[in-house]
Amino acid sequence: MAEHLEIRDEWRAVVGVESPPWTHEVTTTSVRGFARGVGYSDLVYFDEAAAKAAGYRSLPCPPSYLGTPIFIPGQSSDTFSGPKDSGPSIDHGLPNLLDGGTETEYFDDICAGDTLTVTSKVSDLSIREGRSTGKMLIVTRETKVVNQDGKLVATQRGQGIFY
Amino acid sequence: MPLTWDSFKEGDALPELIKQPGVTQLVKYAAGGGDFNPLHHDFTFPQSKAIGSIIVHGRFKYAALGELVSNWLDHGGRIQNIACQYRGMDLPDQPMTLGGVVKRKWEEDGEKRAELELYVNNAKGKNTTPGTATVRFD
Repeated sequence: MAEHLEIRDEWRAVVGVESPPWTHEVTTTSVRGFARGVGYSDLVYFDEAAAKAAGYRSLPCPPSYLGTPIFIPGQSSDTFSGPKDSGPSIDHGLPNLLDGGTETEYFDDICAGDTLTVTSKVSDLSIREGRSTGKMLIVTRETKVVNQDGKLVATQRGQGIFY
Repeated sequence: MPLTWDSFKEGDALPELIKQPGVTQLVKYAAGGGDFNPLHHDFTFPQSKAIGSIIVHGRFKYAALGELVSNWLDHGGRIQNIACQYRGMDLPDQPMTLGGVVKRKWEEDGEKRAELELYVNNAKGKNTTPGTATVRFD
């Protein structure tokens, strides 16, 4: 349990530094896989005819799904599937991670067939006292999602809680 | 039937969605979403042992709130913003009741919008994952 956690200058230097871009694919199979994982029964996420009848180009991404990062052994995280190089990291040494919260803003539909270019950056650091976890480092990361036409289609903010 | 702008009002409740993901469902979510943190499938992982169980992905609950809103809209409107906070852990095989209320409904610059307040109540009735969403109608 961290007793004397404080935000160091070298951690602060990471805030705002954008990651190299990484490609996320949205395919009919990946949309079905995500929808199945959540437990949807809405055919719009499984059947292309149903999706088109509902006004989409193809199967739409269910809320919160922003495509599947291309997986390249050695370059991708085995655990979280995204790129290992998500910009400079914060060397805090805290072993445990919990998810604090997520917010997604949409500017357009994202559908199967889209190829997304994703960048992210740490946008905020803070320290909070947990009831059972001691001092925790809260890392807010902002992600930008641009489609194959160069249009910003979504942004996402998430809080990682390290303790 | 797709939801229409005129068919709901402030104060309306969304039809509730019950989720009770077991380990197999969480494995399907890990495969679909790409999050293979062992905390969500491996009971021998040190963090799981410390907690006493694997736990449901926060992101599973977030996606399930998305399903709740998507089911309500039935593609009659679009989600503009959806957010939640993971305030409490949920364990596999435990029922979660997801729901929401229309807090505000308004028109602005010719756009029709509504704001929702969302919840994921555990078996004891505690909201482990409060959320909000803004939806728009053309």
